[in-house]
Amino acid sequence: MTIPIDNTPKFQAYAHPEVIVSTEWLADHLGTPGLVVVESDEDVLLYEVGHISGAAKIDWHTDLNDAVVRDYIDGHGFQELMNRHGISRDDTIVIYGDNKNWWATYALWVFKLFGHPDVRLLDGGREKWIAEGRAITTDVAPVTEGSYPLVARNDENIRAFRDDVVAHLGKPLIDVRSPEEYSGERTHMPNYPQEGALRGGHIPGALSVPWARAVSEDGTYKSRAELETLYLTDAGLQKGDDVIAYCRIGERSSHSWFALKYLLGFETVRNYDGSWTEWGSLVRAPIALGTEPGRS
Amino acid sequence: MTDSTPPALRDTRNGFLELDERSRLEFLLEFANDLPPLPPHYAEHEDELERVEECQSPVFIIVDVNNDVVTVHATAPLEAPTTRGFASILVHGLTGLASQAVLDCPEDFPLTLGLTKIVSPLRLRGLSGMLWRIKRQVAEKSVAG
Repeated sequence: MTIPIDNTPKFQAYAHPEVIVSTEWLADHLGTPGLVVVESDEDVLLYEVGHISGAAKIDWHTDLNDAVVRDYIDGHGFQELMNRHGISRDDTIVIYGDNKNWWATYALWVFKLFGHPDVRLLDGGREKWIAEGRAITTDVAPVTEGSYPLVARNDENIRAFRDDVVAHLGKPLIDVRSPEEYSGERTHMPNYPQEGALRGGHIPGALSVPWARAVSEDGTYKSRAELETLYLTDAGLQKGDDVIAYCRIGERSSHSWFALKYLLGFETVRNYDGSWTEWGSLVRAPIALGTEPGRS
Repeated sequence: MTDSTPPALRDTRNGFLELDERSRLEFLLEFANDLPPLPPHYAEHEDELERVEECQSPVFIIVDVNNDVVTVHATAPLEAPTTRGFASILVHGLTGLASQAVLDCPEDFPLTLGLTKIVSPLRLRGLSGMLWRIKRQVAEKSVAG
């Protein structure tokens, strides 16, 4: 069955209004057969503190990343994960999380690597849900083992590897990190020293659009018009551009990827998950310093 | 070789290891809920506390050494239960010990709790960072005292 989309006017202006829902919509639709809520957080214990009733917990480290190689789980791993949570291929997934949905958009991006058809984001995430006084629970609902099909991961359309970035130099790159990381003053994000790189700076030609500019104070995405000002007018992207976004490990850039791909409707947007922790440690990879994009 | 892990931390470790993985997270959450608030003289002067840079969430620690007895204080936000849990393990496990006993605590203690797979090595670095910062403060304050 098809779960209706959220008709909130703000969403209707987006290129793909079917991929985003409000807290109000979710509250009204919780418990609908075929709707599965997924929480994906930075803090691995936050779900245990309390979560939206019936939500499944999917953790980026322990569930989505391969345990050995710096990569994502493969088709078998994803099938096993979905079955463990009783998720079917035709289920509508709504993902939310902490930290203004960084990990939620990252998880959504991974769901899309496996082509899950209907995945939506809860606008404003966990923080907004709780701020509005909506119910959370520590109960974990029992699930019936699912029968998710085996689907190969397809990295081609929305994931960029370093060689893709090299081939892309000269075309639009969006660096979503903080200005200090972009300019090269820092090799890691403020407060995240363990995810550093050996060199500071940015990929030559990359435009600086820190991820947080795409959201309002309450963590919800800005309106279509505001996002167009941000990415088109100010940063200079043009409709139809082929874009790659990156940050340090690919989570903040998933957040910007979501805005570019679904809210503004760029057809070709890829997330470079190797990001600065790879590029900034690669031998002889070109680097630009300072506040200007530099030449590629 | 003898294990120089302080007895309370050894009990904590045994507590984790005898649980299945799902229950280990709940045990860590119990620690998170059991992190004592800062005493008023530090709560009003949080700037005197040292930030644990290895943690993604803002966590601050300070150590008192009085007559060679160590007291560890820590504070972290409610939205960061993993970090609170780590801090609580060390606050409960190291407070009341002689400074040498704290300094003797093995550096790899965080990796022996059976949390590597369910919490991830990256997140456990925060716990390692807390431990070595506590030990450094104890060393400085023991010499000064």
